[in-house]
Amino acid sequence: MAAYIAKRLLAAIPVLFGLSIIVFLIMAMIPGDPATAILGSYATPENVARINADLGLDKPLPQQYLIWLGNLLQGDLGRSYALNRPVLDEVLERFSATLILAGTALVLCSILGLLAGVVSAVRQYGLADKVITVLVLIGISIPSFWLGLLLILAFAVKIRLFPASGMYAIYGGGDLPDLLHHLFLPALTLAVVATGVIARLTRTAMLEVLRQDYIRTARAKGLSERRVIYRHAFKAALVSVIPVIGIQAGFVLGGAVYIETVFQWPGIGSMLVNAISTRDLLLVQGGVLVVAAAYVLFNLAADVVQTLLDPRLR
Amino acid sequence: MRKLIAAAMTAGTMFFASPVFAQTPPNVLVVGQIAEPKSLDPHAVTAVNDFRILMNVYDGLTRYKDGTLEPEPALAESWEISDDGITYTFKLREGVTFHDGTPLNAEAVKFNFDRMLNEDHPYHDTGPFPLAFYFSSVDAVKAVDDLTVEFTLKEPFAPFLSNLSYPTGLIVSPEAVKEHGKDYGRSPVGTGAFRFEEWQANSRVVITRNEDYWDGAPPLEAVIYRPITDTNTRIAEMLSGGLDVMVEVPPDSLQQFRDDANFSVYEQAGPHVWFLILNMKEGPFTEKAVRQAANYAINKKALVENILQGTADVAAGPTPPAFAWAYNEELQPYPYDPDKARQLLEEAGYGGEELTFYVTEGGSGMLDPIAMGTAIQADLQAVGMKVNIETYEWNTFLGKVNPGLEGKADMAEMAWMTNSPDTLPFLALRSEAWPEKGGFNSGYYANEKVDELLNKARTSTDQDERAALYKEMQEIVQDDAPWVFVANWKQNAVTGANVENFKLQPSFFLMLQDVAKP
Repeated sequence: MAAYIAKRLLAAIPVLFGLSIIVFLIMAMIPGDPATAILGSYATPENVARINADLGLDKPLPQQYLIWLGNLLQGDLGRSYALNRPVLDEVLERFSATLILAGTALVLCSILGLLAGVVSAVRQYGLADKVITVLVLIGISIPSFWLGLLLILAFAVKIRLFPASGMYAIYGGGDLPDLLHHLFLPALTLAVVATGVIARLTRTAMLEVLRQDYIRTARAKGLSERRVIYRHAFKAALVSVIPVIGIQAGFVLGGAVYIETVFQWPGIGSMLVNAISTRDLLLVQGGVLVVAAAYVLFNLAADVVQTLLDPRLR
Repeated sequence: MRKLIAAAMTAGTMFFASPVFAQTPPNVLVVGQIAEPKSLDPHAVTAVNDFRILMNVYDGLTRYKDGTLEPEPALAESWEISDDGITYTFKLREGVTFHDGTPLNAEAVKFNFDRMLNEDHPYHDTGPFPLAFYFSSVDAVKAVDDLTVEFTLKEPFAPFLSNLSYPTGLIVSPEAVKEHGKDYGRSPVGTGAFRFEEWQANSRVVITRNEDYWDGAPPLEAVIYRPITDTNTRIAEMLSGGLDVMVEVPPDSLQQFRDDANFSVYEQAGPHVWFLILNMKEGPFTEKAVRQAANYAINKKALVENILQGTADVAAGPTPPAFAWAYNEELQPYPYDPDKARQLLEEAGYGGEELTFYVTEGGSGMLDPIAMGTAIQADLQAVGMKVNIETYEWNTFLGKVNPGLEGKADMAEMAWMTNSPDTLPFLALRSEAWPEKGGFNSGYYANEKVDELLNKARTSTDQDERAALYKEMQEIVQDDAPWVFVANWKQNAVTGANVENFKLQPSFFLMLQDVAKP
C-alpha cells in the first residue's frame, strides 16, 4: 500500500510541473499586466515600464519562470505584487480557510447524500423516495451562488440567526462556536449540489446491490432488514460511491470560488479571483499549485479508501 | 440512529440559538470596504479604497479644508512660496510625534520624499511607488533646521500644495520604515487621529483613537474596516446590522436605504468626470461637426436619471464642478437634440460608416459602464450612426485604450477622479500628452491654444489667473468636443441612523476624525 501511495505521489509531480507552465503561459497571454492593474488610469507606458522594472517583470518570460522555479525549490513562492506580502503566507492562510469550508461541506454532503440515497432506494417509489427525488433535482439545479444570496437574505437579514458574511465575528469571537456559527450557511450552500449528486448515485448503487443474489440469501437466512441493508448492501454500494465522493471533493473545492465570494469567506477561491483580475502572477501560481496538489491528494485518498473497502482491488 | 439524529438536532438548535445578535458596539465604527487593502503604505497605493483608511492614520504637510478641495495647513503650520514659484519653505508644527513616539521633524519629511523620488535612497526598494510622479517636479528637499523644510522644484508647479494633501503626500515614520522594510505596508505608523492596531488579512483592519492627536483626539474609540468584495453581500451585511458605514452603494439599493428610518444616506459631488474619448486621428470623428453631433445625440439626462438613478449629474465640460474656483459656471451641457445631431451629420457628409466603441465591464469610477454603453449605442443609432460595441475586462480595456485608439476604435468610455483641476486636462487634453509621448490623450486631441492655456495655468501661482485660464480652456474644449461629456458622479454612503457628524468630502476621502457613534 505504501509503495502504491508513493508511486501515485511521484506521478503527481510532472502533473504539477506541467500545470505551473500552463498557468505561467496563460497569465502571460491574457492582456494587461500587474503594473497596469496597480496604476489603473495612471498606466502610461513610462509608468508601466518603471513599475515592471521594480517588480522584475522586464526580464524575458523563460527567465522569469526559471527564477520562480528556482525559488520554489527552496520553498519560496515569491511575493504577491498586489498584496505586497509573501505568496506562501497568503496561500496557506487562505487555503486553510477553504479547507475548513470545503471539508465541512464535503462531510455534510457525504452524510446527507448517502442517507438520502439509502432511504430513497429502500423505499423505492414510496413517498420518501418521491420527496427525496424532487428535492435532489431542485438541489442539483439551483445555482449555488443564488441559493447563497437567498439564504443570507432569509437567515441574516430577515431572521437574524446567522451572520451574513465573514469567518469570524468582527469584534470578540474568534473561537470555535463563533467559527461554526459563520460556517453554517456557506457550508450548507456549498454542500447542496454535491449532496444531490451523491444521493442519486447512492440510490442507483443501492438498487443495484439490493437485486443481488447474496442479499436474497441474507434475507433468507433471517437477518434483520436493518442488518441486511446496512451491513451487506450499503457496504457494497459504498465501493462505487466513494470515488464519486472523491470527484465531488474537487467540485466542492471549485464551487468554493463563488461561495467564498458570496459569503466573503477568506478562502483561496476568492483569493484566486482577485489575483487573476490584478494579474498577480505569482499569487495565481501559488494558489493553483496548492489547489491542484489538494485535488490530487483527495483523489488518492478516495482510491485508497476504495481499495480498503473492496478486497477485489487489492 | 433516529435517537442520534434527534440528539444532534437538539444540540444544534441550542448551539445556534445561543449567540444573540449583537449590534456593533458603541464608539466603534465598522466600515464596509469594497476590497482588501493592498498596503497601508500611503506612497505605495493608488486605490481610493485604501485611501479611506490611510487618511485617518496619517497626516500630510497640508490637507483639504473641510468640504473643499483647497489645501490648508496640517503638519506644516505655515509656508512661504518664493516669487518665482520654485522654492516652498514649510514651517512644521511643533511637538508632533509619530505613533511610535519618534518626532516629526524636517529630516523625517525629507526621508519621505527622498524614499519615493530618489532611486539611490537606501529605502527606495520598499516600493514600488506608483504615484511618485505627483512629485516629479520636486528637485530637492532640504532640512533647513529641525522644524523647517525646503522644497526646490524644477519648474513652477501650481498643483504642488494640492498634491501634498493627496495620500501620496502623507508622511510616514522613517523609523518604522527602517524597522519593517518591505513589510512596512502592514505595520503602518503615522501621526494621524487614529493609530494602526491590527490587520487580519481578508477579515479586518483595526485602528484606534490617538489620544495625543495634535488636532484633538477623535470621539470614536476605534474604527474597523471590513473588506466585502461582493456588492450584494455588502448590502446584506449593512441591512443585518453588521456594518455602520457602507460606501459606493449601487443606485438600485440607495432608494431602499432612503426609505428606511434606520439608515441615513449621504451624497457628495466629487472631482469625477465620465466621458467618451473620440478618435480624432482617423474615421468620422476627425470632423468637429460629427463630434458635436455625438454630444447632441446622446441623452445624458436619461443616462444619469434612468441608468444611474440620480447618483450622478450631467457633465457640461471636461472640468467637474467640484473644482469650484476653476469651474466655468456659464458652461451649459450640450442639450439632447437628435434633430440637430442629424443635421450636423448631414452637413459633415457622414456616410453611415460603422464605428467601433470600446466598453468596459467595470473599473474604478466607471459606474455602470455596460448599461451606459448600450444606451449610448442606441442614442447614436437613432441619429443614424452605426455603433459596434466591443466589451473588455477593466485591465484589458486599459491596455487597449491607454496606448491610443488609432487603428482600433473610434470611441471609448473613460472616467477620471483627480485632486486638482490641473491633472486631467494636463494628462489627457494636451498635444504633448498623446500616448506615444507618455500621456493619456488617447483620442489625439490637439489645439495650440488649449496647450498654451494649460501650460500657463499649471505654472502660475496666482489662483485668479489660473481660474481665468481654466475657464477659457473649458469653453474651447467644449466647442471642439474631443470627448462626449457625460456625467459627474456623486459619491454616496449609507450609515446607521446612530452615526453622528458623518460627512462625505469632495475629495472622496473618508474623514472620520469628527464622527461619533454613542
